[in-house]
Amino acid sequence: MKTVSVMIVGVGGQGSLLASKLLGRLLVDEGYDVKVSEVHGMSQRGGSVVTYVRFGDKVYSPIITEGEADIIISFEKLEAGRYAKYLKKDGKIVVNTQQIDPMPVIIGAAEYPENILGELTEKGVSVDALDALSLAEQSGSSKAVNIVLMGKASKYFDIPYEKWITAIENTVAPKFVEMNKKAFELGYNS
Amino acid sequence: MDMKKLLIGNQAVAEGLHDGGLGVVSSYPGTPSTEITEFLSKFDDIHSEWAPNEKVACEVAFGSSLAGARSACAMKHVGLNVAADPLFTLSYTGVNGGMVICVADDPAMHSSQNEQDSRHYAMAAKVPMLEPADSMEAYTFAKNAFELSEKFDTPVLLRMCTRIAHSQSIVETSEKQPAVLKDYEKNPAKYIMAPANAIKRHPFVEERTLKLQEFAENCEYNTVEMNSDEIGIITSGCSYQYVKEVMGDSASVLKIGMSYPLPVKLIKDFASKVKTLYVIEELDPFIENHVKALGIECIGKENFSILGEFSQATIAKAFGKELPESVSADSAIPNRPPMMCAGCPHRGLFYTLAKNKITALGDIGCYTLGSAPPLNALDSTLCMGASISGLHGFNLARGKDAEKKSVAVIGDSTFMHSGMTGLVNVAYNATNSTVIIVDNSITGMTGHQQNPTTGYNIKGDPASKVDLEALCKALGINRVKVVDPYDLKACNEVVKEELAVEEPSVIISRRPCVLLKSVKAQPPLKVDEDKCKSCKRCMTLGCPAISMKDGKAKVDATLCVGCGVCKQLCAFDAIV
Repeated sequence: MKTVSVMIVGVGGQGSLLASKLLGRLLVDEGYDVKVSEVHGMSQRGGSVVTYVRFGDKVYSPIITEGEADIIISFEKLEAGRYAKYLKKDGKIVVNTQQIDPMPVIIGAAEYPENILGELTEKGVSVDALDALSLAEQSGSSKAVNIVLMGKASKYFDIPYEKWITAIENTVAPKFVEMNKKAFELGYNS
Repeated sequence: MDMKKLLIGNQAVAEGLHDGGLGVVSSYPGTPSTEITEFLSKFDDIHSEWAPNEKVACEVAFGSSLAGARSACAMKHVGLNVAADPLFTLSYTGVNGGMVICVADDPAMHSSQNEQDSRHYAMAAKVPMLEPADSMEAYTFAKNAFELSEKFDTPVLLRMCTRIAHSQSIVETSEKQPAVLKDYEKNPAKYIMAPANAIKRHPFVEERTLKLQEFAENCEYNTVEMNSDEIGIITSGCSYQYVKEVMGDSASVLKIGMSYPLPVKLIKDFASKVKTLYVIEELDPFIENHVKALGIECIGKENFSILGEFSQATIAKAFGKELPESVSADSAIPNRPPMMCAGCPHRGLFYTLAKNKITALGDIGCYTLGSAPPLNALDSTLCMGASISGLHGFNLARGKDAEKKSVAVIGDSTFMHSGMTGLVNVAYNATNSTVIIVDNSITGMTGHQQNPTTGYNIKGDPASKVDLEALCKALGINRVKVVDPYDLKACNEVVKEELAVEEPSVIISRRPCVLLKSVKAQPPLKVDEDKCKSCKRCMTLGCPAISMKDGKAKVDATLCVGCGVCKQLCAFDAIV
């Protein structure tokens, strides 16, 4: 099997770490060779964060370069635009339509592109967009954006629904399991 | 005990050290090395601690090794500069219990001030260095490093880099070795490195290096994959992964897992079997220089940059392979740099410095972000502790006028690390320097580690707490003022006052990091749109929770923690 490359991108503090932990664990249980790579440190302070997840029979490089990603899961619109160049020709972007202004936009030094997802679609990119923040709030917490997105993205993986649910049960703290299961379901059905 | 786990390299190192019979670990946090010690602190059968700096940590590990325990310390690449003093003589004394010094390099400087290559330290100090290429190797190399250390009577350097330290891959752990406390016997000739003894130890070091080089010829760490007689590649660490990804089985590979000392016969033999030899390594031409010194022709840094990180694309390009197509959006994508959090206690202080156009020599920590727009509040960042000593030098050079307009800004943990000595110098050699300790009660940037000023140890248990005010006074500073950085008026007054006085002074800008669990957020503030005159004064704070929407200031309720700093700035009482 060829190595599959998944990028999880977003803004520091959005919970992409838990998403990659969930996916990584699931893929190991499925018997794949797996590598997950992220950069800690400065990126936690509201910066752009990117996690690479790669799986297959044998994975060498822990990182993904331009034109290589099968799937990009973006926690924020602008970040989808930033990392779109990493997508394969027939790859998919699952994106949360939430807008989080970066500091250069906040202080008026730059503009937030108005129709970034439309631009990508026009270029032939397959964009699967959803308002993950609203769905997360519906599930009980705005912090569940990560699990909503994983629910949406799960249809692009050859892994049965129940296994995702088991992975959630094994990954998140017991008192948040029900809320996260609900979040996953809302994303899955969206 | 065999179990498949997905571990980041640093956790694999921690488990490897633990399973190798570790007794004591002492470290100072630094990205990308911090998690090694954090994961070790979860084991109750070893002693773990945060030391005030890397030199102390390394010396603690030395003492434990001397006493007969297997010991370790972990640090980032620049931390090894601080620990270099004990390292170079530890090479002479050797060890009793095995000793491992973990050092994590940061090619591409994801979270560092330079891009130095720690392999030079192995060569300069003449100690062996192991370099894993994934988490499984990180586990095995860490575990086996103790034996290597004891067998050759030397500390062992274990070199990580960001992509190995922070990448998860599959690890199968093996049986834990019991932690054994070897006998301690007084041995002045080995452990007292006064000239008469050290002179006799130096030949031992040279002989040991020869023996280690012999070991390197046939050891488990250096492996050969003969696939082709056309292309041969010598590589190490993460570069090996990129090479394999692109070249697969189309090239022969000599993978170096022991970066120092490098083998001679093995390299000559490998080179003789291939038509074209490449050396592919991140950062400096360390292996390449060794290969060239052996009189072997190779292609190295002319094709593979000395700068930054590699990737599979680096290798593909160099070997003329086609790169995959990609699309990108036409709109310019604004950067999203890291920034001080909403409610960060440093913000009020930096606003005060920026407003008063003060020259501020900065230091290493979250507060380095005070250099970013719109505050632009810092003038320099060099290394841990350099703010205070640098300010003293700045004031010596520029005299009284500078003293009235310049400050040093240093965090609580960095002050403990290496700021104190600089402050002693300010007092002793008498400049009227104004030093600001931004005390947020935690080591922030590396992800919230305890330090001697917090009152808690690595396990979160209560510990002795440094009294910063008393300490500064004891170091010779008579004026020590404490201010709450959420209080802009008080901040402004104390900064002006301390800059004006004709003696050195310390301002402690004190408020705990807003991300600490113990800090309770206040209700978010709101903008009264009728009162907002769109003057954008609140925007000068650079708070991520405040933006201008449709001509009016707007506070993002999901980010705002109600610190109230913006409220103090608003002349129209529009923020409530």
